[in-house]
Order: sequence, then structure tokens, then C-alpha cells
Amino acid sequence: MRDDLRTFKNAAWLGWQMEANWTDPFLFATYSVVKPIAGTLILVFMYLVITHGETGGAFFSFMYVGNAMYMYVAEVLFGVTWVIHDDREHYMTLKQVYIAPINFYTYIFGRAAIKIAITTVGVLLTLVFGVLVLGVSIDVGAINWPLLIAALALGLACLCIMGLALGGISFLTAKHGQGINEGVAGVFYVLSGVIFPITILPGWASTVSKFLPVTYWMEGVRRGLEPGVVADMGPATGLTGFSDLILMAVLVASSIIFLFVSLAIFKAADRAARRKGKIDWTTTY
Amino acid sequence: MTETWLLRNLRAVRGRAYPRIVGANREPSWVFFDVVLPLLTVAAYAYIYKFMNAPKEFVGFVILGGAMTAFWLNILWSMASQLYWEKETGNLSLFLLAPISRMSILAGMAVGGLFFTTLRAASTMIIGIVAFGIALNLSEPLMLILVFVVTMIALYGMGMMFASLYLMFGREAYHVSNLMTEPIYLASGFYFPVKALGFWAAAGASVIPITLGLDALRQLFYPSTGELYQFLPVTVELAILSVLCIVFIVLSKLSLDYMEKLGKSTGRLTLRWQ
Repeated sequence: MRDDLRTFKNAAWLGWQMEANWTDPFLFATYSVVKPIAGTLILVFMYLVITHGETGGAFFSFMYVGNAMYMYVAEVLFGVTWVIHDDREHYMTLKQVYIAPINFYTYIFGRAAIKIAITTVGVLLTLVFGVLVLGVSIDVGAINWPLLIAALALGLACLCIMGLALGGISFLTAKHGQGINEGVAGVFYVLSGVIFPITILPGWASTVSKFLPVTYWMEGVRRGLEPGVVADMGPATGLTGFSDLILMAVLVASSIIFLFVSLAIFKAADRAARRKGKIDWTTTY
Repeated sequence: MTETWLLRNLRAVRGRAYPRIVGANREPSWVFFDVVLPLLTVAAYAYIYKFMNAPKEFVGFVILGGAMTAFWLNILWSMASQLYWEKETGNLSLFLLAPISRMSILAGMAVGGLFFTTLRAASTMIIGIVAFGIALNLSEPLMLILVFVVTMIALYGMGMMFASLYLMFGREAYHVSNLMTEPIYLASGFYFPVKALGFWAAAGASVIPITLGLDALRQLFYPSTGELYQFLPVTVELAILSVLCIVFIVLSKLSLDYMEKLGKSTGRLTLRWQ
């Protein structure tokens, strides 16, 4: 246990250095904030063009919060998978880390933890910017904290677990690791009710979205963070039939299923990579 | 300038373009990664406009913008970052030793990248049009082609300039390219008319050729929305883009010479893992 904690701490520290030490702290902070805020402002301007400057509607807050929370989906999936690719292809240290007497999962999650921490800062700043500047409807007094914290924790765990499966696949791919990541994150973006309710999707897509854990995660986080907005959106969200308890139960069940599936994928990919000698290959991608 | 010199450099252009024109299309997986993936973002943004009951032209704006992201990403990751990657993989020193103009290498990258990306962007556009049932106005095809070609020359000129500037970067190269993705999508109005940013912000963003190119293409594809959403008239945008073509190509030559000189004097030009 103590060894695992040490591995986690050192991996997180290494991740922090790789993320941040290429520049001075001020520039890094600016970089970390500008990108997510710009991504969110694209949606804001799309909205403003249509509403001629109005940001008062419930849909605006729905879209804004969903997009802010989606940063976790993109960054956590990417963060876990990129550990394998970056260490193997760029720094060429994967083989040393792999044979070191440490728990490899702990190392990966330690590296990913720093991504979650940096993303959390981006999410918080985006939300604060939205509330203060754009009038996003988040009433701190009305936040359902237990639901928000439980949904957030479960969702992040689920994303890390899915990232592990993708990380396993990137053992076996050369240049496709990032594309597969973007593909999975992109599917969640379209089908999980991130920036628009799933009811606007065609019937088949709306059905698929109900099999994706991110759909329930988004709904859970929204119900915790902006219960008034979810109530105003009403049946448009497509999930009004799910009570908070059932929503969380679905999230727990999908996390457990993904845990077993992801571990199986990672182990199978790991075995295949060893057999084919791909742990220390470099493909210059 | 002798005939041999010219031929040698033309061969260098062809040689550097070859991997992008032929090699990059050998593996069919590009269809999924380069065509389907951009469609996911396009679809998400299109559904937002649909949910808001926006005029149907806006879905067309999104599809056009989504297709054009391929060119901007190609500029960032396959033009600007390319000499940095070449340095990291050890090819840059070979390029510098070869008896050719460095501009031939950049020109080859641009020609190959333009072909490679046009194929992908056109595929994204066609699938998007079919999937969302979009109608485009093609009443001025020559003007459309002219605007597109001039935009691309200016854009790839900018990419050539960035490529030499990136030689100064170490790990910053990756982060700089990353930083110039969403903020440029925002500033250049990839998914909404750039006029919405206000005149001065749109004017500032016009230094990026894709801003004016995209605005002009939207006006040509949707002439009925021109007055309401246009930033500048198409002819004015075309004139500005023509000036940008010359400016960026001259700047790329000057910056390449400067960076090469600076790199040689500091001994960092081919130094890896900085």
C-alpha cells in the first residue's frame, strides 16, 4: 500500500512536471485557462447569434454547464491514454517504467490524477466566468451537494476506467491512439446530451445514448449543480423518468461493467504487446 | 539561378509532397480518423442550431466551418510543427545538409498538405451535406474557386512562416499548436458568422486568412444571408487575402533565413529533446 502511494505521488509529480515545466507558471496558468474558455465561448457566440444577445434561457445554462463538464471527459480519457503513447514514443521511457517494480496501474492513474487536477481548475474557472459574466444560472444555495459530489466522483472513476481500456489499445497502435481517443470522446459529445438534450437526436441515436454512462453522469451533475435549470428543461432532457437514486444506480452499475471490460481489454492488449514486442517500439508518431 | 538548380528544387518539392499525396492515403484508416471524427463535432454543433430552431443556413455554416477545420489543423500539426517533428526524429539535419533551398521543403509540405487536406475536407463536407440535407448555392463557381485558392495560398504561406518560427521551440511547440486550436476556431468564426464578434475583433482575426476566406465562402454559398451576416463584401475580402498571400510567403522566407542563422549561431537547430 505504501509503495503504491509512493508510486502514485511520484507519477503525479512527474505528470505535473511534464505538463507544466515547459514554461513559467504565469504562462502555464494562462494556457490552461484560455483553451477551455475559448472552447466554451464558441458555443456562447453560437447561442448569441441566434438569440440576438439573450443568455437568460434555461438551455443556455444547460449547454454551458454541459460543455464545462465535458472537459473532464476529453482530458481524463486523453490523459490516461496519452501516458502510454507519450512515454513510449516521445520520451522512450515506457520500457523502464514497465519493468520497474511498481504497480503499473498506479503509475498510470497517478499520471492521470494531475490531468484531473488541472482540468478541475479549468472547469471551475469556466463555471465562475459563466456565472459572473454570462449569467449562467447556478444558485450556490440550491446546489444538491451530495448528488453533485457523488455523481462527479463516480463519473470521474468511470472515465479513468474507460481511459485504461483505451490506454491498453494504444499499446498496440502506432498513430491511431489519439484518433481513437478523440473518436470515443466525440461519440460522447454527440450522444450523451452534453451540449443539447438527447431528445433532439434521431430515435436510434437517442436509444444509443441511453446505453452510455456519460449520459447519466451529465444528468446527475446537472441535477446536483443546477436543479432549477433541469426542472425548467423538463421532458426535453429525455431523462425525467429516472429518479436521482436510479440515475446513480445506473452510473454505479455502468462503472462496474466498464471496470471489468476495461481491465480485460487492458490485460489482453498488454499480453499481445509483450508477445509482439511492442512495449518498447517507437514509430515516430 | 541555373536550370539544374531549378530542377533540383522542383524535385525536392515533389519529393517532400509525395509522402502526403501518396503515402498518407495508402492506409484506409484515414477515412475514419480524418473524415468521420470531424463530423462528430459538426453534428453536435448542428444539433444545437436545430434545437434552437436557427435558420437552416446555420447548419450549412457549421458544416463548412467543420470542413475548414481540417485545413487549420493541417497548418498547425503538419506545417507549423513539422520542422520541429523533423528535428525530433533526426530528419532536419538531413534536410539542412541537402543541396536545396529550404523553401522547397516548405513548399513541398504545403503542396502535399493542401492536396491531402482538401481530400479530407471535401469528404467531410459531402457527408455533412448529405447527412443533414443541406442545399448550397453554386451560382458563382469561378468566384468560389478563386476565393478558395487565394485563401489556401495565404493560409499555407502562414503555415510556412510558422514552420520556421517553430524551430525555436522545444516542447512548447506542442502546447503552442494546442493553444491555437479552439481560440482560433472562436476568433475566426468557424461555427458562427465572424461578424458576431464585433467589427474590431473580426478585423483583428482577419490576419488569419481562414477568417476572411470562410466568411467569403459562406456569402457565396448562401447569398441570401449576405447582408445580415457578412463581415466585409466578398471582393474586399478577396483583395485582403491576395495581400496576405504575398506578405506571408515573403515573411516565411525571411523567418526561415533568420531562424537558420540563429540556430547555427546558438548550435540548437538540430538539438533534440529540449
